[in-house]
Amino acid sequence: MTKIHFWQGNEACAEAAITAGCKFFAGYPITPASEIAEHLALRLPQEEGIAIQMEDELASLGAVIGASWAGAKAMTATSGPGFSLMQENIGYAFMTETPCVIVNVQRVGPSTGQATKCAQGDVMQTRWGTHGDYASIVLSPNSVQEMFDLTIKAFNLAEKYRTPVILLADEIVAHMREPINVPPSNKIEIVNRKKPKPTDKAFFGSEEIPPMPSVGQGFNVAVTGSTHNEYGIRYTADPTVHRRLVERLMGKIRKKASKIIDFEDCNIKNCEAGVISYGCTSRAVYETVDLAKKKGINLGFLRLKTLWPFPDNAVQTMAKNAKIVFVPEMNLRQIFYEVERAVSGMVPVVPINKIGGGEMITPEELLAKVVKGVKSVD
Amino acid sequence: MRDLPLPFCTGCGDLTIMNCFLRAVHELGYKDLNRFVFCSGIGCAAWIPSPHFKADSIHTAHGRSIPVATGVKLVRPELNVVVFGGDGDLAGIGLSHLIHAARRNLDIVVVMANNMIYGMTGGQVAPTTPIKIKTTTTPYGNVERPFDTTRLVVAAGASYAARWTTFHIEQLKESMKKAITTKGFAFIEAVSQCPTAFGRRVGLKTAPDMLQWFKGNSVTLQEAEKMAEKDLEGKIVVGEFVHREFPTVTETLYEIMKEAKKGAQKN
Repeated sequence: MTKIHFWQGNEACAEAAITAGCKFFAGYPITPASEIAEHLALRLPQEEGIAIQMEDELASLGAVIGASWAGAKAMTATSGPGFSLMQENIGYAFMTETPCVIVNVQRVGPSTGQATKCAQGDVMQTRWGTHGDYASIVLSPNSVQEMFDLTIKAFNLAEKYRTPVILLADEIVAHMREPINVPPSNKIEIVNRKKPKPTDKAFFGSEEIPPMPSVGQGFNVAVTGSTHNEYGIRYTADPTVHRRLVERLMGKIRKKASKIIDFEDCNIKNCEAGVISYGCTSRAVYETVDLAKKKGINLGFLRLKTLWPFPDNAVQTMAKNAKIVFVPEMNLRQIFYEVERAVSGMVPVVPINKIGGGEMITPEELLAKVVKGVKSVD
Repeated sequence: MRDLPLPFCTGCGDLTIMNCFLRAVHELGYKDLNRFVFCSGIGCAAWIPSPHFKADSIHTAHGRSIPVATGVKLVRPELNVVVFGGDGDLAGIGLSHLIHAARRNLDIVVVMANNMIYGMTGGQVAPTTPIKIKTTTTPYGNVERPFDTTRLVVAAGASYAARWTTFHIEQLKESMKKAITTKGFAFIEAVSQCPTAFGRRVGLKTAPDMLQWFKGNSVTLQEAEKMAEKDLEGKIVVGEFVHREFPTVTETLYEIMKEAKKGAQKN
């Protein structure tokens, strides 16, 4: 596979899963994510993997969780409506520390919305979708190359932190075709879960990220989504056991946030105005920077590759230098509020939003808002 | 078994089901449960294997034990994957997974403890509650007909299906042995007493009262065939409903894998 390919985003995601070592896929058809299931149905058996179409998205993520406990790296792919159905098992995977990858190729919601059109409306759902306290790891690709690179990264983070990881793509990056470079396999970092020693008995909390056995290895592992101690035994009334468990589960991600967070930045330390964007929307920002320069505006940008954990520090660096920060999104303000929280009143934060019909925010539209905004603070 | 206190109420049928299963496994010659993986959802019956069996067990979200079992079985086909659940878990919230697993002929065993009520949550009506029965959510009596889950699973394509009550312990145990050794999807419905949340409200306050009711109210499949439909109303039809062999989804997928690999190498 090493070479330059001209792939569709969904195809790049599926091939990346195989490269990352994925041996199990379960999914349910949904636009605009179905090509991932179709490609893996063809390719996984060739790589001694299993691909199965389940009866719904509840079952899809359920099967992925079972496969992960059976020792396989496992993935599912869906879009908003299916992602809503997966919320119960996302919480379960978090609570049971089951590594798995969930791809959400966003389309216009709420509900059935506009099935074939692009949107970025599921950002907050990836952070707060399931019930209870939890921390999520969410990656946001903005190109076919990143559909490949960040899918591998999603598997690596899932295995490393023993947690579900969400690849939050969108219809545009999933359906467009671009040349992509697949590096030789010895240049690709692949992370595998920490396995237990034969004498290990605690798989849920003896250490921050405990080792993970597979079923059928004689460990007699007890897995449960109820509050449990380090041996997997349920303690459903004990406040201390619950606090210790959930604080560790959140802590193992929060404390490592600086290691997980990934972004692309340009000129954030000395720009007069800044743009914070992610996913397909960020593709318009590169040209906007050039257009702004011609108008005499020194525009910097921050492009989020990880949405969660949120890169407060990078946002604050920009806000300390820029006079104004713009947040373009294909939703009606989601990351905007998170930026506002991080900026904490240092400078004005301006939302730029567009929804419906899958139309991107163009560089010209972005420029017009930037020019107007910069004038307002001069 | 793990050295943990059991959670079941006095007289609970789940203890009988647990006992029958462990005896079945023992009589089949297994010295331990190392080759077994147990999946169970939410509800009293989910506690039969988890965390009490000294074995790998996955206690899943409500109704999702069969999907999780699907993932386990497809990746590790050599292991015996057994699902335990109640009627609410398997015939209520998780029903579609039960039907689809039977349709796929997924090579697992599903044991459904049917106590005809949501016991853990305090006695609400279930999709298996007999008509006219008063429950906490049907104070005027249940207005809906109950599912015949075993026949449903047979129609969906199960390889093995049997129904007994916790009165029929010998037959239940023998059917469990057949379910474990049958290739393909095997389903056992164990009609089970819940004196706490069901019996107490219908005048059958103790386990013996309920077992007497099961005894008097059960008819075998052979007897049932000769009876008129109206005489069968309210009866529990017990017996082995089906025992047949089809290719399983697991073996077919692994055959495809071999062929696909060869094809890929040629190309």
